[in-house]
Amino acid sequence: MEFFKIRRTIPFMRHALVFNIVSLITFILAVVFLASKGLHFSVEFTGGTVMEISYKDTADVDRIRGALDKAGFKDTAVQNFGSSRDVMIRMPIVQGQSSADLSQKVMGTLQADNKDAELRRVEFVGPQVGKELAENGALALLVVSIGIVLYLALRFEWKFGLSAIIANLHDVVIILGFFALFQWEFSLPVLAAVLAVLGYSVNESVVVFDRVRENFRKMRKASTPDVIDAAITGTISRTIITHGSTQIMVTTMLIFGGPALHYFALALTIGICFGIYSSVLVASPLLMWLKVDRSQFAKVKKDKREENDGAVV
Amino acid sequence: MNRYPAWKYALIALAVVLGFLYTLPNFYGESPAVQVSSGRATVKVEASTLARVEEALKKANVAYTAALLDANSVRVRFADTDTQLKAKDLVNQALNPDPANPTFVVALNLLSSSPNWLTAIHALPMYLGLDLRGGVHFLLQVDMQAALTKRLDSLAGDARSQMREKNIRHSGIAREGQSVRVRFRDAETREKAKRLIGDSISDLVLTESQDGEEFRLVGTLKQEAVKRTQDYALKQNITTLHNRINELGVAEPVIQQQGADRIVVQLPGVQDTAKAKDILGRTASLEIRMVDEEKMNPETLAAAAKGEVPFGDEYYVERNGAPLLVKKAVVLTGDRLTDAQPGFDNQTQEPAVHLTLDGTGARIFRDVTRESIGKRMAILLIEKGKGEVVTAPVIRSEIGGGRVQISGRMSTVEANDTALLLRAGSLAAPMEIIEERTVGPSLGKDNIEKGFSSTKWGFLAIVAFMSAYYVLFGLISSAALGVNLMFLVALLSLLQATLTLPGIAAIALTLGMAIDSNVLINERIREEVRGGATPQAAITAGYERAFGTILDSNITTLIAGLALLIFGSGAVRGFAVVHCLGILTSIFSSVMVSRAIVNLIYGHRRRVQHLSIGDTGWK
Repeated sequence: MEFFKIRRTIPFMRHALVFNIVSLITFILAVVFLASKGLHFSVEFTGGTVMEISYKDTADVDRIRGALDKAGFKDTAVQNFGSSRDVMIRMPIVQGQSSADLSQKVMGTLQADNKDAELRRVEFVGPQVGKELAENGALALLVVSIGIVLYLALRFEWKFGLSAIIANLHDVVIILGFFALFQWEFSLPVLAAVLAVLGYSVNESVVVFDRVRENFRKMRKASTPDVIDAAITGTISRTIITHGSTQIMVTTMLIFGGPALHYFALALTIGICFGIYSSVLVASPLLMWLKVDRSQFAKVKKDKREENDGAVV
Repeated sequence: MNRYPAWKYALIALAVVLGFLYTLPNFYGESPAVQVSSGRATVKVEASTLARVEEALKKANVAYTAALLDANSVRVRFADTDTQLKAKDLVNQALNPDPANPTFVVALNLLSSSPNWLTAIHALPMYLGLDLRGGVHFLLQVDMQAALTKRLDSLAGDARSQMREKNIRHSGIAREGQSVRVRFRDAETREKAKRLIGDSISDLVLTESQDGEEFRLVGTLKQEAVKRTQDYALKQNITTLHNRINELGVAEPVIQQQGADRIVVQLPGVQDTAKAKDILGRTASLEIRMVDEEKMNPETLAAAAKGEVPFGDEYYVERNGAPLLVKKAVVLTGDRLTDAQPGFDNQTQEPAVHLTLDGTGARIFRDVTRESIGKRMAILLIEKGKGEVVTAPVIRSEIGGGRVQISGRMSTVEANDTALLLRAGSLAAPMEIIEERTVGPSLGKDNIEKGFSSTKWGFLAIVAFMSAYYVLFGLISSAALGVNLMFLVALLSLLQATLTLPGIAAIALTLGMAIDSNVLINERIREEVRGGATPQAAITAGYERAFGTILDSNITTLIAGLALLIFGSGAVRGFAVVHCLGILTSIFSSVMVSRAIVNLIYGHRRRVQHLSIGDTGWK
């Protein structure tokens, strides 16, 4: 079986400007959504209490709201979660009330209303913890970015590092844009997914860059755009198959993983789709515009192992 | 050319066998068990405890499948839950004759049903996090400011009593904020006081200041004293929590320091959060009272044991079993006790416990001891309104200066335990719950099932696709992926890293990403074949050329994984641990293991016409 019988080099770089404008527009849209709507942070970041309660039959959300209102719980948000029998209740932090009492009182109220109510999960996060999490998340993002740029600069050249990280940070912003647009819940696992995507789609750029370097040495007379085109064409089938395999896993998570993994898998899906696009079609034009040329690799070749000279039989 | 030397095959085979062995315990499932651990700091679980448990079960004809003794507990495994429940009651009765005052914690637990020889090589099943097995997680913040003010209060008291002893007149001493201020009428007295306090209280940095007619001496805690006080507060709170949680009968509680001022408490399997919170937040106190020796004689003691306690007294039993009548009037409370350490008597070299009292406490203690030489005093730990006599020593002489030594008829172990009990009685600083997570057992089971089924279906789908697309090489890649999964599970079991739901997600994701290496290799081989290379040369070139790329791309992924591990907490860390381990195992299995299989299949043939790697015929 072979899906990609590409006989000729595809001239990707001829359309470089189009690709970059498309990604610029998505990027700007994502920033606009982020700025106007903001992220819907989970309780881990904002602080507060979340309870997950399961009923034997279909849960009557209105009735639960009524019962909680009557018992004097203010600002509670009740919604179905996962299935019609499960509900999720969110409560903000109330000054002077300990979490301990809150969840028990709520549970007491609900069980008085309907004795089938079963507590599945409680999560309380104090305000100080949430702030730290947000700070640590931002710090992790920064460290990952710097680490990747440094590594690529060391292994290739700074231009490669820079274009890879620009392309992939723009993925991150687009994922966040989606979460802002649809007001999906941004939780800790989603943060983990976003950072994993960052590492993962840099992978993609690395594979193309490896080929670019190799082609610079092999294709002595070709121009830079031709070299890059050949590299992308040479790796495109692997790119799509790899991403397809990863996406198979993520899709099964989306289907079988239940509500707990839903947004995690969703963030990965967006990340993988945009990852292909940006790491191949955004990073490479950036590389071209940063004026990468052959001279940088000619020198390297002498003292490096001859890994790209092909096998000798 | 595509042959590995024999040692390389052997090494890979060894790794696979080891991986298999350490993955094995995860397949056996768990069986119900009863776990016995110590309920008091003074009680140790030993071989004799195991013997007592076994004897009790044998006497009642309760069958068990295994009984093990490890460092802190005895575990007995049963065939079903009914026997387990019956056995728990039996063991409880046998070990704790007085149910109101249990010596051992007898808890229900689940134990791996893997055979003993696996346990003997430390092959254990993966350690499941609370979100998978259900339970309660608390993050407690220790109020360090309160610990420091408490310390300063006690230092201010010390300074006051010392100045009184040396007749240094001051016009006021008090703690203000995070400092102790002493006011004087003239500079000369201040100088004297400074010398005295500087010599005797080494924890304070003293600075002088003046405000009109008033001469001031301001003492603040030294940096190292601040650190010591905070460390002490944290350690003491952890010890206290340990003692309290023992009462809950939790099989494997986790109580750990996190950061400089936080404590994590995890209670797997506990559903009753109300009780857990009550126990965490409870305050115990220490009281020093006098023993009522005038009224104490065999008759009154016998009567008191039946409930006829003389007026103004209370009846207690010492830990060695001797009965006591203790006066209700409290001489000193535990607030005045600043430290308790085990040590030795200077003259007799007997084991002893050294207590340190604060200024006020020292004064009271001196007065009381002066009047009661030859009499006995009792130190009681009061918890939930119920007291226990920790020790009841005889007063030999007047004791001043706030340093008290309890010695005589004590072993080193007893001295240690008494000191621990005295310290552990109360919390050194108040704590607040800043994070709470409760996961019901049904949700835990659901989470395992969902995580497992998404991994399973994803894995099967990838295997199906790879085998269809790359034929034999696809099957080899799938085998390598399977070995990768096995290594990952084996590593997680071996390290006993906590597996959480995000961790399971990371297993799935890592597998999805790990296949990348094999796709790279297979694509390269196809390309070489299309380019006209012989099959053997294509294999060599494919693996060699892909390796640089594989390394680069895995290292960038690893950078992201490590950053998550370092900066992440909770869910993120659970994800990152598995992710990082998965990257490491995937490099080995996708390159070495798959190459070994390819070599075994193709490398030893003299002539290979065609590689079974799918369609390479087109140009």
